[in-house]
Amino acid sequence: MTADDSPLSINTKLARRVLVTFIRDELGRHGFTHAVVGLSGGIDSSLACHLAAEALGPDNVLALRMPYSGSSAESMDHAGLVIEQLKVRSLDVPITEMVTPLFDRFPDMSKVRQGNVMARTRMAILFDQSAAFNGLVIGTGNKTEILLGYTTLYGDSACAINPNGDLYKTQIRQLARAMGIPEVIIDKPPSADLWPGQTDEGELGTTYEQVDRLLYLLIDERAAPEAAVAAGFDASFVEETLARVRRNHYKRVMPPIAKISSRTVGYDFLYPRDWGT
Amino acid sequence: MPPFKLGLAQIDTQLGNVQHNLAKHLELIDAARKQGVELLAFPELSLTGYMLQDQAPSVACYPSADDKAFGPLLKASHDLDLLVGFVEVDERFRCYIAAAYLSAGEVVHIHRKVYLPTYGLFDEGRFFSPGETMRAFDTRFGRIGILICEEFWHASSPYLLWLDGADMMLFMSASPVRGLTNDDQLESVAWVERVNQAYASLFTVHIGHAVRVGFEDGLIFGGRATAFGPAGNLLASGPDFQEGLTVTEIDQDRVRQARARLPLLRDERPAWVERQLRQIQRPPAPGQSKLSR
Repeated sequence: MTADDSPLSINTKLARRVLVTFIRDELGRHGFTHAVVGLSGGIDSSLACHLAAEALGPDNVLALRMPYSGSSAESMDHAGLVIEQLKVRSLDVPITEMVTPLFDRFPDMSKVRQGNVMARTRMAILFDQSAAFNGLVIGTGNKTEILLGYTTLYGDSACAINPNGDLYKTQIRQLARAMGIPEVIIDKPPSADLWPGQTDEGELGTTYEQVDRLLYLLIDERAAPEAAVAAGFDASFVEETLARVRRNHYKRVMPPIAKISSRTVGYDFLYPRDWGT
Repeated sequence: MPPFKLGLAQIDTQLGNVQHNLAKHLELIDAARKQGVELLAFPELSLTGYMLQDQAPSVACYPSADDKAFGPLLKASHDLDLLVGFVEVDERFRCYIAAAYLSAGEVVHIHRKVYLPTYGLFDEGRFFSPGETMRAFDTRFGRIGILICEEFWHASSPYLLWLDGADMMLFMSASPVRGLTNDDQLESVAWVERVNQAYASLFTVHIGHAVRVGFEDGLIFGGRATAFGPAGNLLASGPDFQEGLTVTEIDQDRVRQARARLPLLRDERPAWVERQLRQIQRPPAPGQSKLSR
């Protein structure tokens, strides 16, 4: 199978046009012309930053680098490449001095808890800077991580709009390549960089190529699990992936409100987010 | 009948802001008039925006001269015929997705959307009542039929309008485009065009399709209005992902030519179809399943 024959292969020119228009229009509907992006040095945020810069102009985009003392120096350098390439505005806000007191207060805090604290601290800075910059926060999460729940709730998943969220990781790579994001960013192993040596694929126990093909089959093609097994996927991989998608659904929806009145937000008080715009 | 100029207005809208959307209608009407357009069609829910949800009853308009939106539109219809989309509320408080055809200061026809998609990303049946009738109507450009978006996915809809005498069909949509693949267009765009083209060919009619553009809550309205001639030929198409006014000449003599070549209307047997439908729908005799017949 050549790359073009893959069902995950996308027309990058079309995707670029749609997503750039999406950012400009959705921000414009609400009267915004500026955006803030947390730039990690990874492919997802690099792509979001590229799309935002193209939609709004580089002067109207603020890229924030928020390193922790344990973050890899490479992440900062790669984020720097994107800032330099796009000529967007940038600001560095290291988070070490903010998160360390909390880590010290709970010395037995696990790596995952620490990672979540860092993700949520970055979220707080992003939203604060968005207010200062009079812009909105552009989300960077892709479809693979949204479906697998490989994200920190109210952390890196928090945003005003998300141009990346309906593209699988392997599709993000295609678009990133087409938009001229530095190869070094596209080719490196994806990592949340919350602790040294962490990689997405190490944590997920699969490759993005593999899991994207499975998710595409199950979600986009609405295939039954048995059909995925018949298509050559290992039965336990199919089962674990589906369980993971199900288990993390809470991250994709608003928390339930106990419906006690006759009209309740989310149940029978229904308005679009773009209400009145 | 001499040829006339059809305009397809491709607009973005503000959700629930009828006055804003009306102003945009009037701008487009003005631009169309300057280009000699004699019939200008707007997309589905053009006066209100699409994803209204609970807003629907509060943005309803009344197709009469004393309505804030319809007053100016009826006035403008002295210069050119207009097809606009709006929310209608009946006297028993039921809301409809509706379309009004205006000409010479009069409301010529109102169509209420019959098929309300309530599946996948659509939720129209939750907020709107279905219309009950589908009828063609006479205009100064001949007999016309209107279909709103989901309606033309049911082959019975254009068939009924065809049998009711429509030689031209005006489709109005606010359908989110979707399906990113390796192709130059999103999957649904080509699909819609194939359907429109097929109807133009099968019914030997002109079809004009007015579509929305812009985003609502991440849903993409992609633009690309189209007009097809009665031989299934593309007459004109609008821009992708941006507002625009697509103008094309409609020559009803093309319908005569197409039907001379392909007398599908002459040979159609509606009475026979009706008998077949009755038989198909007859409940099976007791103890006999349909499958065993």
